[in-house]
Amino acid sequence: MNSVEGLLTQIQGLSSTASDVLSLQNVLKQADESLHAESTRLLPFLDQLDPSKHSLGYLYFLEACTAGPVTTESASSFVLVIARFISSCVAEQIRLAPDKFISVCKRFKDQVLLLEEPLRGVAPMLTAVRKLQSSTEHLTTLHPEFLLLCLLAKCYKTGLSILEEDIFEVDQPRDLYLYCYYGGMICIGQKCFRKALELLHNVVTAPMSTINAIAVEAYKKYILVSLIHHGQLSTSLPKYASGVAQRNLKSLCLSYIELANSYNNGKIADLETYVQANMEKFGSDNNLGLVKQVVSSIYKRNIQRLTQTYLTLSLQDIANTVQLNSPKEAEMHVLQMIQDGEIYATINQKDGMVRFLEDPELYKTCEMIEHIDLSIQRLMTLSKKLTVMDELISCDPLYLGKVSLPFPFIKLF
Amino acid sequence: MDGIEGASNPTMEEMQANGTGGVDELPLTSTSTRKNRPIVSGEPLDIEAYAGLYTGRTKIKRLMFIANHCDNPGMQLEALRMAYDEIKKGENTHLYREVVQKIDGRLGPNYAMDAAWCSTIERKAELRKEKLESELNAYRTNLIKESIRMGYNDFGDFYYAHGALGDAFKSYVRTRDYCTTSKHIIQMCLNAILVSIEMVQFSNVTSYVSKAEQTPEALDPPTVAKLCCAAGLAHLEAKKYKLAARKFLEVGPELGNSYSEVIAPQDVATYGGLCALASFDRTELKNKVIDNINFRDFLELVPEVRELINDFYSSHYASCLEYLGNLKSNLMLDIHLYDHVETLYDQIRNKALIQYTLPFVSVDMRMMADAFKTSVVGLEKELEALITDNQIQARIDSHNKILYARHADQRNATFQRVLQTGNEFDQEVRAMLLRSSLLKYDYNLRASRKH
Repeated sequence: MNSVEGLLTQIQGLSSTASDVLSLQNVLKQADESLHAESTRLLPFLDQLDPSKHSLGYLYFLEACTAGPVTTESASSFVLVIARFISSCVAEQIRLAPDKFISVCKRFKDQVLLLEEPLRGVAPMLTAVRKLQSSTEHLTTLHPEFLLLCLLAKCYKTGLSILEEDIFEVDQPRDLYLYCYYGGMICIGQKCFRKALELLHNVVTAPMSTINAIAVEAYKKYILVSLIHHGQLSTSLPKYASGVAQRNLKSLCLSYIELANSYNNGKIADLETYVQANMEKFGSDNNLGLVKQVVSSIYKRNIQRLTQTYLTLSLQDIANTVQLNSPKEAEMHVLQMIQDGEIYATINQKDGMVRFLEDPELYKTCEMIEHIDLSIQRLMTLSKKLTVMDELISCDPLYLGKVSLPFPFIKLF
Repeated sequence: MDGIEGASNPTMEEMQANGTGGVDELPLTSTSTRKNRPIVSGEPLDIEAYAGLYTGRTKIKRLMFIANHCDNPGMQLEALRMAYDEIKKGENTHLYREVVQKIDGRLGPNYAMDAAWCSTIERKAELRKEKLESELNAYRTNLIKESIRMGYNDFGDFYYAHGALGDAFKSYVRTRDYCTTSKHIIQMCLNAILVSIEMVQFSNVTSYVSKAEQTPEALDPPTVAKLCCAAGLAHLEAKKYKLAARKFLEVGPELGNSYSEVIAPQDVATYGGLCALASFDRTELKNKVIDNINFRDFLELVPEVRELINDFYSSHYASCLEYLGNLKSNLMLDIHLYDHVETLYDQIRNKALIQYTLPFVSVDMRMMADAFKTSVVGLEKELEALITDNQIQARIDSHNKILYARHADQRNATFQRVLQTGNEFDQEVRAMLLRSSLLKYDYNLRASRKH
């Protein structure tokens, strides 16, 4: 009606310069209520706005449109609209109203999931994330949504590209927990167990005042990935983990701790019977695939131990020591491990012998020197960052208030 | 007559192969000719001779231990018979009843339960106890330190003779307050040590040994030797084999038979020798055992132990292990050593294996197996355990059955460690920065809530 048209003209008029945009924002804030009241009728008005020029206004309108419940019919139309908006909007304008942008994107995700086409949402969500972040070190609420879509669409590589970046600023703790949890799952999917372990470790040791389900699930996966990657599980959480986590996590993940104990005993038969017995529990947590990988990793662990003791060993002996059924199976395992780069060996099929070799890396090449040099630079930057942050905190009044001062301030008149 | 269950390892005495193709070309040592029958030997234990080494309660205890742990019924009965005779000479009715029960009538009517003897002894004990008590009370009222001390001492002796070890210990300890000279203190300490050893409470033994050693006066040599033995036994019980060996090696020849109520010189030699072999390195072994003149006299009493130490030092491992095998059954009948025999033997065997491989770059496992009188497969398993335990730096070529020495490449290892440390630092610092950002959020939240 009139107010809506009036609003439209104002948007079109006040979207050119930065100061205009700010005054537009005030107008829009006041008009927000009335927009929401008219949400059902707003869709056709959107055509009159250009998302690339009038991003802020468009955003408000869009947010009001999508505020209602999501239905399948509206979903398909909205998905196109929102995707186009995200790709063409101007980053500075939408950063003025971040929560609106976030809720629009969340709606987008819901619609895409309702249509069961998560793949359609991956690229737009990535653009959205990039536009919302103030820097690559900033974690937004959209990060976990993006990772969720990647997981559901099974395009792990795109997810990995976001995970490569270091995060130092966080908006909300819950975002971080979800981000790390989904990120861990993506890394597991790509078999980057080291990074997965790091992300899951961050969730488990993050400061939290009460135990939450994300941490519990993350801890379960953490135990399994730790067994696969390191072959052992450290029994206690580090000291900087929150007290809540230290007290409660273990009791909530008992069957996994049992699994870790059974793994450490080294008897493959026991491990397998335990897994069989608890198949349901692992399945209900959706960890069955990981558990199977844990079981196969125990063979790898044992074969790796053999490389420390033997120079050559017959396949039959390997099969006996590692408790495999036949030399053929042993050969397959060893071959797989050679291909994955986990051991260095040659198989002599004529004699049925395996010859274990040393790690051929001599640390003499230019690439290695460069790698070391880059690592040093990187660590120096990180250290500087840490020092800066330390200085900032020591000047922070809140912190100083907590730490008692040795003598009181002397007031000078 | 009965099969010698003692020789547990199939002893191949016929084979003189001691380290053939092994390390050096010394003439092969033959099994020693013995002038007199030693106690500790490969043959079944001569119980009479063995028991003759000891006096007092330990003799009875040792005989009963042999009876309990021996498989040979002939030896068992012999031991029980001697125990019975010994107990009858004393006043311990409790042990008497035990022994009679164990004999179970197998030795005929002379060795059955003599109830009359028991009741006589017990009555006499009651009377003596009353007398001692009244005497002690008299002394206590008179407040003469020396007589009070002797009173308590007598009480201690009385309880000890009747087998009430706890009371004996308490009585002896009570004399401490009335000791005036260091001789008294030493007497008290020795009594306390004796009772503690019988009670198998070796923590007390250690404390009283140190107490005795702290007396200002110089101790006479037999006492010093006794204290060394007691300390050695305490360390042995605590499985501190190195310390036990050192203590036993310090025992001077003045010990003689003066400590027969605890330990015989043969035992000193055996315990000291075996513990030293299991825990000393080569230099210490040479300096403290082989070149030790005092200890040589002890070793003369147990020539097999002397031989096996020399064999070990000169790398004749096969004969060394053979001697050990022969001695095992008799050592298992020793009241102090029996639960350490296995550990000591394993340690000695491992040391032999490690010492064998130390000088070589490559070792033919077949020759090594011959030197150690074992099969190649068995040897491979043992070596694998030692390598995994990081006691041998080597790798096994299972195809050609050769052991190759392998020295860690320091340079590569350093690079690996450096890169790994760098990664860990990276991860830790990033996680730290992340956590601090979360904490800051938390503070801000709380601060904003307050306002």
